Amino acid sequence: MRRVTHGLEPERKKNNMSTTFVDEKPTQNLEPFKGVKKVPYEEYFTSGHRTCEGCESAQIMRLMAKAAGPRTIVLGATGCMYVANTSYYSTPWGVPWMHTQLGAGGASALGTAAALRVLMRKGVLKDEPINVIAFVGDGGGADMGLSAISATLTHPDYNLLILMYDNEEYGNTDIQVSGTSPYGANTSFSTPGKVKRIMHHRWKKNVAPLMLVGHPTCKYVGTISTSYPLQAMNNIRKALSIGGPTFIHCLNPCPKGWDFDPYIAFELGELAVNTGIWPLYEVENGKLKLYGKTEQIANGRFKRLPVREYLLKQGRFAHFLDEDIEFFQSKVDEMWEKWLVPGVIPLQKDLED
Amino acid sequence: MATLTMPVEETKKVQQQEALITGAEAIAIACKLANVDVVTAYPIRPYDTVMQYMSQLVADGELDCEFIVAESENSQFEIVKHASVCGARVFCGSSGIGWMYAMEVLTVTPALRVPMVCLVGNRALDDPGAFGVEHNDALAVRDLGWLLNWVDTAQEALDTALISYRVAEDRRIFVPAAISCDGAFLTHSQALVNVPAAEQVRQFLPRYNRGELLLHPDNVISVAPQANEDWVMEIRRQNYAVTERACDVIREVYADFERIFGRKYGNPFFEEYLTEDAEVVLFGMGTLSTPVKVAIRKMRELGKKVGFVRLRWFRPFAGAEIAKCLERFRAIGVIDRDLSLGAPDLSGVVATEVRSAMYTRAKTRPPVLDFICGLGGREVTVPDVEKMTDIVFQAANGKSQPLTQWIGLRG
Repeated sequence: MRRVTHGLEPERKKNNMSTTFVDEKPTQNLEPFKGVKKVPYEEYFTSGHRTCEGCESAQIMRLMAKAAGPRTIVLGATGCMYVANTSYYSTPWGVPWMHTQLGAGGASALGTAAALRVLMRKGVLKDEPINVIAFVGDGGGADMGLSAISATLTHPDYNLLILMYDNEEYGNTDIQVSGTSPYGANTSFSTPGKVKRIMHHRWKKNVAPLMLVGHPTCKYVGTISTSYPLQAMNNIRKALSIGGPTFIHCLNPCPKGWDFDPYIAFELGELAVNTGIWPLYEVENGKLKLYGKTEQIANGRFKRLPVREYLLKQGRFAHFLDEDIEFFQSKVDEMWEKWLVPGVIPLQKDLED
Repeated sequence: MATLTMPVEETKKVQQQEALITGAEAIAIACKLANVDVVTAYPIRPYDTVMQYMSQLVADGELDCEFIVAESENSQFEIVKHASVCGARVFCGSSGIGWMYAMEVLTVTPALRVPMVCLVGNRALDDPGAFGVEHNDALAVRDLGWLLNWVDTAQEALDTALISYRVAEDRRIFVPAAISCDGAFLTHSQALVNVPAAEQVRQFLPRYNRGELLLHPDNVISVAPQANEDWVMEIRRQNYAVTERACDVIREVYADFERIFGRKYGNPFFEEYLTEDAEVVLFGMGTLSTPVKVAIRKMRELGKKVGFVRLRWFRPFAGAEIAKCLERFRAIGVIDRDLSLGAPDLSGVVATEVRSAMYTRAKTRPPVLDFICGLGGREVTVPDVEKMTDIVFQAANGKSQPLTQWIGLRG
């Protein structure tokens, strides 16, 4: 099948062949909401779900749907936000929604965007920008689905967003360790015992930088937190408007899995940022911008709170001794004091140079 | 009378053309004629030649589709599954262990009632790694709701691809279809093929229409929500209903195919070869029909009345018709290019299905022997076929035979 022309210099002149490198399609160009009071009342993720009180994962789902608006298709990978949100005959979705398999978040968005593109080109569907969002958890994003998301982020001509909600566990199946569970957390696969206090020794995957460094043509990668809802919505709107495949990683406190009073879910989200554990930033066309308290931490205008304040509010760290907290603190200090790009890129600077 | 002369481009639209092509290329041409919208590829031998042809068709501007090279078979099948739900006609495929890598998607696609057409270039499953044909890859999904057919020639591959689209996209069916082509023997072997005209295909194959099942902002639906013991059984019953209707729809589509293209396939579910006066028959799927037919012609010269039945559609398994066909013979020898380890009588998949169909439906109860043969791409030779036929004749004459025998095994 392959046609090889041995020793023949191909003609390098311009001809009538297609030379477009990236065939971009317009997006909806969603302007940022200018203040909380300008956010529309309309909800596209409404009643009918059965998530827990204080569930920040359901919160980001709601904010995402609100930010994206009605001309949107959402693909939901298997996870707690599938099982708890879309019971047969009581869907909460006000936009078209479809389940996708745990490892298929990236593929589902790609297939949906590809179908829309070709059917609009062939005149079967009306030509208009439609948001395509794959909503995946840490299991579907950082573990099983990583390969498909990675491939999807290399396809510059499809407009889509992969939004990874991260409750740092497999929340639907009984709270098990995932690739983003924090060091030492007590989950149902890492319960402390008589001999071993720390069963989970791995450090949390640094997912957003994995996406941004590994996929140079991806135009937008960022982190958000539901404790800063307006900012989160506006970043989602930016990711949907910039064009091509984009990725957002959101930290979502989980009362059931992290073992805390739902009342402090919001506060825990803030503490994750203020202790420096969860840095907020966005990378737009290769330019990194830290924002919120993270930016103040980086510029020395805000002193990071001790991680102890964050950890000891959660039952999953109740087994921690002082030495565990100190170890955790030392790793977070490393992020800010030794990393090439503090809080983001874990290459270490050679301080002697 | 110059006005009666059609421009060359116009004649192409209405006339069939003959071409020397492989089975894989025939399917690529069928996809072009079907104007597929989204195609996903991932390399594995031997199916992947079809994707080399597809990519060339796109590069040459002969086919307008999204051609996506996935990073795994799992994504390859997921991408087209989701594209199909958005209204795109899709094409995909795999072989052997690659097909198994997509198993999760292969499970949900028929369960969700998502039409798609795939090529399975049949290949032995690992380990040991082997390129040759074996049918266990495609057969692995036999209980999941897929339409599964096996073709024998490049012509049949092209025609069956068009037929599969029509059947799969029929709202009474709405499940995926996999066309099995024996690896190398068919995927890579050239033959003369009548390529239908685009106009005929347009007539035969209307645009895929999901109606109220389309995932689009104008049609706000939730697809595949979580259901449990309250509804799953009713949902399963709907999938079951597809299999109740499938044979009738396939018959209808073959009749329409014959009307539009003029090529006759007779019974859609199986082909009969020299069975009219046969005392015993061999029964099998795919390209082994070539050595079997040659051997039968040879044996007929020696006065042995043997025939051959080649199964085209494994799913749905047209049990009643197959039983009615086979009850006429004194003994049946099934050739299984597959294994079903630990199955009743340690027989292969096809023999077990044939026995099951005949137990309840046939008026007679002739012996059904099974031959495990041609595994891992080993050729089924003419002497193999003669040996099998002799064994079947012995069974017909009352001499007890083991129910499962390996043919063509060394040592």
